[in-house]
Amino acid sequence: MVLLKYLFRNIFRHKLRSTLTVLSVSVAVLSFCLLNTIITAWYAGVSASSSYRLIVRNAISLVFSLPLSYKEKIRQVKGVTYVAQGNWFGGIYIEEKNFFANFAVEPETFLRLYPEFIVKEEEKKAFLSDRKGCLVGRKLIERFGWKVGDIVVLRGTIFPGNWEFVIRGIYYGKDKNVDESQFLFHWDYLNETLKKFAPSRADQVGYYIVGIKNPEDSAVISKEIDSLFKNSYAETLTETEKAFQLSFITMTEAIVIAIKLVSFVVIGIILVVVANTMNMSVRERRGEYSILKMFGFSYTLITSIILGESLLIVLTGAVLGVIFTFPAVKVVGDILSVYFPVFILESKVIFESLMYSFVVGILSGIIPAIRSIRVDLSEGLRWNM
Amino acid sequence: MAESKNIIEIKSLYKSYKRGNQVIPVLQDISFNIKEGEFLALMGPSGSGKSTLLNLIAGIDKPDSGSIVVQGLDITSLDERTLSNWRAENVGFIFQFYNLIPVLTAFENVELPLLLMNLSKKERSEHVEMALSIVGLYDRKEHYPSQLSGGQQQRVAIARAIVTDPTIIVADEPTGDLDKKSAEDVLNLMTQLNEKFGKTIVMVTHDLRAAKHAKTMKYLDKGFLINGSTEIFI
Amino acid sequence: MKLILLYSLRNLVNRKLTTILTASGMALVILVFSAVLMLSEGLRKTLVKTGTPGNVVVIRKSSGSEVQSGIEKDQARIIEVSPEISLNEEGKRMVSKELVVLIGLPKKGTDKLSNVVIRGIMESSLPLRSQVKLKEGRMIRWGSNEIIVGNKIADNFDGVRIGNTLNFGQRQWLVVGIFEGGTTGFSSEIWADVEQLKQAFRRPNYSSMIFKLSNAKDFDIVKDRLEKDPRLTVEVKREIEYYEDQSAMMAKFIKVLGVSMTVVFSIGAILGAMITMYSAVAQRKNEIGTLRALGFQKTTILTAFLVESLFLSLIGCVFGLFLSSFLQLYTISTMNWQTFSELAFSFTLTPKIILQSLLFSVIMGSLGGLIPALRASRQKIVDALRTD
Repeated sequence: MVLLKYLFRNIFRHKLRSTLTVLSVSVAVLSFCLLNTIITAWYAGVSASSSYRLIVRNAISLVFSLPLSYKEKIRQVKGVTYVAQGNWFGGIYIEEKNFFANFAVEPETFLRLYPEFIVKEEEKKAFLSDRKGCLVGRKLIERFGWKVGDIVVLRGTIFPGNWEFVIRGIYYGKDKNVDESQFLFHWDYLNETLKKFAPSRADQVGYYIVGIKNPEDSAVISKEIDSLFKNSYAETLTETEKAFQLSFITMTEAIVIAIKLVSFVVIGIILVVVANTMNMSVRERRGEYSILKMFGFSYTLITSIILGESLLIVLTGAVLGVIFTFPAVKVVGDILSVYFPVFILESKVIFESLMYSFVVGILSGIIPAIRSIRVDLSEGLRWNM
Repeated sequence: MAESKNIIEIKSLYKSYKRGNQVIPVLQDISFNIKEGEFLALMGPSGSGKSTLLNLIAGIDKPDSGSIVVQGLDITSLDERTLSNWRAENVGFIFQFYNLIPVLTAFENVELPLLLMNLSKKERSEHVEMALSIVGLYDRKEHYPSQLSGGQQQRVAIARAIVTDPTIIVADEPTGDLDKKSAEDVLNLMTQLNEKFGKTIVMVTHDLRAAKHAKTMKYLDKGFLINGSTEIFI
Repeated sequence: MKLILLYSLRNLVNRKLTTILTASGMALVILVFSAVLMLSEGLRKTLVKTGTPGNVVVIRKSSGSEVQSGIEKDQARIIEVSPEISLNEEGKRMVSKELVVLIGLPKKGTDKLSNVVIRGIMESSLPLRSQVKLKEGRMIRWGSNEIIVGNKIADNFDGVRIGNTLNFGQRQWLVVGIFEGGTTGFSSEIWADVEQLKQAFRRPNYSSMIFKLSNAKDFDIVKDRLEKDPRLTVEVKREIEYYEDQSAMMAKFIKVLGVSMTVVFSIGAILGAMITMYSAVAQRKNEIGTLRALGFQKTTILTAFLVESLFLSLIGCVFGLFLSSFLQLYTISTMNWQTFSELAFSFTLTPKIILQSLLFSVIMGSLGGLIPALRASRQKIVDALRTD
């Protein structure tokens, strides 16, 4: 079709300009995808959470602990399968910038509650039988070049002192969204040491992870657990793992919103760049469009030719940008691994970026198209001189 | 010739432009008829309003008042869409600067107006080849405008103007940008179209040599038609 | 020279839409650029102002923050008699023992809890924080369950008003005053009597101690002595540094993200400027030829086009800064990852940031304009004058 040829050839009339525009669109789409991947990473904990788990913590706030004696009481609630206690340890490996999450957990039940943590059978046995043993995520192992059998010393921030651990196993995530950069060790090791050196802090639990038979019962069970300890010195707040993870994100929501806003600024930048290119191209060609008009081609057709051109430019740039995004996510994911243990490009983000590009393509073509249509015919024909 | 009927009837045409607050009259009380099969040259100095008059006849501009009746249809009363369709069927255009689309080949440029007709690809291609043959550029059909000389480009433009077999052909300074030899070729071609194919042609020019190819001449000055001007230059 | 400026300027006016679009692209980049700087600056200001020069914070070794720290009574007694501590008019040592705990309070408009710092204070705490002023109501009565709250807490949380009570640590706490902490972190805290707080939360220990040095130069001496004292396991920090360390992670995050985004965005804007300037050069081929034929130097042509591009970027810069100045009305309130507590800071525009943005836009403008301008100046006169 002649008009399609016209549309395509128009793009190649200003190779430099088209190239520059395509490039800037791809750069923008790349950053849009990256920003949105950061947001996805923010919610990684939420998407990785299981509806079969509840978290019980002190109602005042997370820094307050719960007595160990609660464990038995919670286990007796109907519908509860397992209960594992855990403490946020907050240990530092050599320097503060080596930050990673480390927890003291009751190991056997914990692994039962987290079937998505895959550990080799013999490593699991070794870990369970060594009181000073620890289980480390694959990513963390890679980050510090550790191997099974290595001794790792963490400096306690909440629990003073230098704590020595032996790596007994590596865990792998069943899915991509499992955080593979945690450091887990025996809760008993922590508690017994405390008993010796700080008895007042012993037998205190940071939180309980509660397994339930039936996700539908989570609301009832949560209520029941909380009512057990109502009006006691340490009241509890029980919520699903998802709600628990969400509560962290809500607290940092401002940052998520800021990133989201910036990603819309990116769209704005693509819009003005492409609109500018289209405006210049159409302006140069308004004489030609007048010829078409003169022959009797409809406004719709002329508009389609202009829109088609801007769509083609934007979508080419967008596809290129998405292609660039794959390696970029890898690089940025490594840089930001301290903040985001899980950093994956989701197809939803790609789809979104293409969708916005489409809208930008339409919007940036529409104004020049209207302007070229509005030009008085006898006036427009003179532009060919 | 006296027996031929009027193809275009122009009655008390007025047209003015606004520039800032000023209203500049361009055409004032123009009335005349054009007969079928006529080759009319509209002459006059620049600013006389001859191009404006041509645009009005071709239906690419609208008058302030007055009527232009083409084959019984008053085109000044048509809305934009109908006028556009009317143009597609009835008018062929030739411009000073050819107005070819640079990214399309000669063939594709000529094919352009046919896209609006209900024709098959084969029919279109026959028409285009025929038109290019008439202007003597059949062997150049795959060339882009930039690969053709000025005269050749203008002949492609003529092929484009006749390919739809329009009722009238309007030409705005068709030789204005051409050397003497090419201009002569183009004018001969137009004469041929008029005599051999019986096309009605309205041509604006200020080149007397060009005007001599026409059968009749009308002279415009400051927006007025000078009566009986036909003989002035001859 | 004046003529060249006018020439460049008028060309921009001539192509209004293109000028507006290109400048808007630049403006958006400057907006992001300055917003990041403003955020970092706001965070820094909040932290720097929270600390007072000459003040010293003592926390348990390696604990990193007051929330995780603990100082036993016996240790506190050793620390509070340090001779370097300044005396007030009554001859009392300006030192305070404080307890910091976090509680979850529902933020306005949501049922989601945010972590709020409750600080147990004593009479000597106030003179150590001259930035804090009581805005409404009165000071707490010592030995009672009364609290005063920071203005940002009063603004952002439900039901925090004078006369209302808050429920935590199994007690009802009566709000008797609202204090203003300016841009300091204290504005996001709730203060109570430290002894009452210890009882309510059954905490035998203090979290931290703060004291004022009589001579700022004594810091190293007191640090050395306390940290080496075998009876103590403490860390001694200048208060300003302490607060800076508190959000090093947040600051780094803003910086990493902001810098990388700005770099990527500026590539986009430079490309945008190049597109515009290339087409400007192409459109004015004949003009350039004429100017050259009239005897204008290549450098003059180069300058004219560079100036045009710089004008573009400066318009963008001014517009971008205009937009970002409105950001000053907003406060970012988020959780500090290191302390798990609420941290509020605002966008702060400083002359330095304005200058940095100007510089940045000049760089963008010159980078975007240079290659097209070079092309213009290198055109051969004959080529330039030929009309297609």
